[in-house]
Amino acid sequence: MTSQQAPVETQTQDDRMTAPRREMFQVGESTDGASRDERRVSVAIDHVSAWYGAKRAVTDVSLEAYANSVTALIGPSGCGKSTLLRCINRMHEINVGARAEGSIRLEGADVYGADVDATRVRQRIGMVFQKPNPFPTMSIAENVAAGLRFMNIGSKSETQDRVEYALKASALWDEVKNDLNKPGMALSGGQQQRLCIARTIAVEPEVVLMDEPCSALDPVATLKIEDLMSELAKRYTIIIVTHNLQQAARVADYTGFMLMEESDGAGHLIEYSPTSDLFTQPKDKRTEDFITGRFG
Amino acid sequence: MSDAARKDASLAVETGRTSIPRVSLTGGRSVGNMVFAGLVGVAAVVVILLIIGLFWELGDRSLPAIRANGWGFLWNTTWDPPKRIFGAGTFIVGTLITSVVALVAASAVGVLVALFLVEIAPAWVARPLSVIVELLAAIPSVVYGLWGVYVLGGFIRDFLGPWIAQTLGFIPIFNGDPRITGIFSACIVLSIMILPTIMAVSRDVIAAVPGSQREGVLALGATRWEMITMSVLPYARSGVLGAAILGLARAVGETLAITLVIGNRVGIPHTIFDPAYTMASVIANQFTEVENEAHRAALVEVALLLLVITFVINVIARLLVWRVTNGQNVTVQE
Amino acid sequence: MNRDAFVATQPRYARRKFFDRVMTGVMGAAALVTVVPLLLILFYLVRNGVGAINLDLFLLDPSAPGRGGGGARSALVGSLIMVGTATVIGTPIAIGCGIFLAEFGRNRAGTVLRFLVDVLAGIPSITVGLFIYGLMVLPVRKFTALAGAAALAIILIPILARITEEMLLLVPRSLREAAYALGAPRWMTVLRIVLPTALPGIMTGLMLALSRIAGEAAPLMFTALGNQFLNTDLLHAMDALPLRIFYFATGPYESWHQQAWAMSLVLVAFILFLSLGVRALVGSKVTIRQ
Repeated sequence: MTSQQAPVETQTQDDRMTAPRREMFQVGESTDGASRDERRVSVAIDHVSAWYGAKRAVTDVSLEAYANSVTALIGPSGCGKSTLLRCINRMHEINVGARAEGSIRLEGADVYGADVDATRVRQRIGMVFQKPNPFPTMSIAENVAAGLRFMNIGSKSETQDRVEYALKASALWDEVKNDLNKPGMALSGGQQQRLCIARTIAVEPEVVLMDEPCSALDPVATLKIEDLMSELAKRYTIIIVTHNLQQAARVADYTGFMLMEESDGAGHLIEYSPTSDLFTQPKDKRTEDFITGRFG
Repeated sequence: MSDAARKDASLAVETGRTSIPRVSLTGGRSVGNMVFAGLVGVAAVVVILLIIGLFWELGDRSLPAIRANGWGFLWNTTWDPPKRIFGAGTFIVGTLITSVVALVAASAVGVLVALFLVEIAPAWVARPLSVIVELLAAIPSVVYGLWGVYVLGGFIRDFLGPWIAQTLGFIPIFNGDPRITGIFSACIVLSIMILPTIMAVSRDVIAAVPGSQREGVLALGATRWEMITMSVLPYARSGVLGAAILGLARAVGETLAITLVIGNRVGIPHTIFDPAYTMASVIANQFTEVENEAHRAALVEVALLLLVITFVINVIARLLVWRVTNGQNVTVQE
Repeated sequence: MNRDAFVATQPRYARRKFFDRVMTGVMGAAALVTVVPLLLILFYLVRNGVGAINLDLFLLDPSAPGRGGGGARSALVGSLIMVGTATVIGTPIAIGCGIFLAEFGRNRAGTVLRFLVDVLAGIPSITVGLFIYGLMVLPVRKFTALAGAAALAIILIPILARITEEMLLLVPRSLREAAYALGAPRWMTVLRIVLPTALPGIMTGLMLALSRIAGEAAPLMFTALGNQFLNTDLLHAMDALPLRIFYFATGPYESWHQQAWAMSLVLVAFILFLSLGVRALVGSKVTIRQ
């Protein structure tokens, strides 16, 4: 696994990289205020393959997710999109026998580098799961502060500030501000998921990964989370896996379509474009079949 | 790489009123994981050392007796501490009789109850019944002993014993003189005591038989009892056997209740009402009042023998039970 | 047999059905037979024990042989102290071992350890008593409560270790993933998330283990020995309820027998209280599974 400072040049020949790219790589710039025109690569996925034991799940995926934008991964179930997502914050490797190859760079630093500690990667790349999973032994406030406690950051008042900020940012504050000491499990499913989002952004990651975050929720709760995503994209890089095409069309700036190929039984990235392009003028026949509902 | 990491570390994101320093991806790995793994590893090693220690300690302390008594210890029936003659034969026989009788009685009832719980009883019967059996397991050995001496013993001496001696007296082993303590009392108390073990393990094993096994036979038109004998019991066979053997291990090692009810007499019993000794009860009864060092060592040798026997029985039983319930016990997650 | 079952004719079917009913009855009868001993034991415990339960039982130490009167204070206090000490000694080892099995035990070494723990749970308690006698009593030539507590701890460890492992494995994987995704290292995930979530189940196991060792006398006979006087010093011989019951039950005096019944009633009430407390807690185990 190589870690290169300037990944861009090595990838220009990759014909799968269809997303427009301008100036990309500015370490040290604040995430605030970066306009959509000056796209900065936040997460660069470079020739990544992943396995569960001997079984290959993802083959040779390369794409770049831009800061302050929402990137969606779509595709039929079993196409490896969740596995790819879990490679980004090194959650893939907690499965016994699971491994990944290739390189993934966060702001230019290889998260699979030799000295890199996976827990540190996860402190900077947060994740929201398919089913809401608040910690059952903790109150709402404790749930939000859990990451801060893991990292041992912040005094008591600082933690309180941050809990309030995270709950406000995840549009949950007004609903729970009087019940902060109630158990997190007491909330409704949609509220629990927003609590999990609050818990994730409380530690101020750069990237938030979302693994089908609305699949366990009703339409109203789904809408709230979708609204939230566009808000969150102003501060963070969002990468979302969804099986819901409309959701990708609604929230994502860029969309990648993945598909399991018969040749190796693993997921490949078929097409990666700005969302409007992918849905209106897909370049690949298989993408077109998928978005017009011919399979999947 | 290191250059980028350093630049990285200097970054801080302003949020709200406070800021969180952005961590570098590289750097000192947390020692917490190593300390944690070390600590729980130590706990695991302690458990292993305990088992090794048990054998080593008892083996070491009984070494003089093993040398003095030789193999004859296993079958000689003379136990005469003042003359330093030690043979554990009678204790082995006492243990064998009480354990085997209890095993047969408790297995028959225990497996039937387990089948009743899993295959027949509705939940509102099965649940309280399970609780009752578990409470039976929770009653301390010494309380069984107390009950065995002062309630069961009197009943045997005055009613059950004479009746058995009269009806079955033509068979020599029943033609005895019923008293409060003796082999018969010990067998009944032991049966009750190991019943919960056998029942609980059989129940788990039988519940682990896949539903498809039952459906296959039921679909052929079998009655429920035929289903039990044709599919459930054959499938759960080794596990039920394991359950019975676990009960046997408990019966062999059972101490205080037996010490109270078996009568504690050295000698081969001739009828079911005779007093006797088991390996465990002779240790409990004599160890605090040993006549000499040789006596003490001989008692430790009995303990070592008991330990080895129960260890072997346990190993066999666990292997049998694991074979059936393996899937549930071992593969859960990660 | 299979074929018979398949092509059964009417009269044979009736016979089979009848046999089925009979065997169902036999199984039900076996269940009834199981209930009888418990009821009998409880009945006699109450009948023979209640009469001798009075304040003296809790406030006085056992009287000299044949004098009558006296109580079981030394035994009650001794049991509490030794069971408590055994819990302090055994719980960390048991939970550590349980964590090891759950976290690092998905391999051959774990299987062997799991097997050894199960086997340790089946070893006769009297041999554990002799082991500690050789380890802690002979070297100092003195029976001590500490030795008794150590013997009880050895009985507690395998029970609690296996329950801890099972309870940890019941914690949903999604919680562990949530902690990992927040950047928590493994040890923190286990100590702050997995263990607290499994705690009700582990407490259940602890209560089961306590109810077991509270009734054990065999491992105490050669370690704590028993003491008819009140003793709170871990480095001296100490009395325990099951030990005192045994001594009184084997003694020749009627008053001792009565007190043995009363003490048994107290002991069984305490143990059933623990077991039923367990049941209350097991109800909350459902929340672990969600």
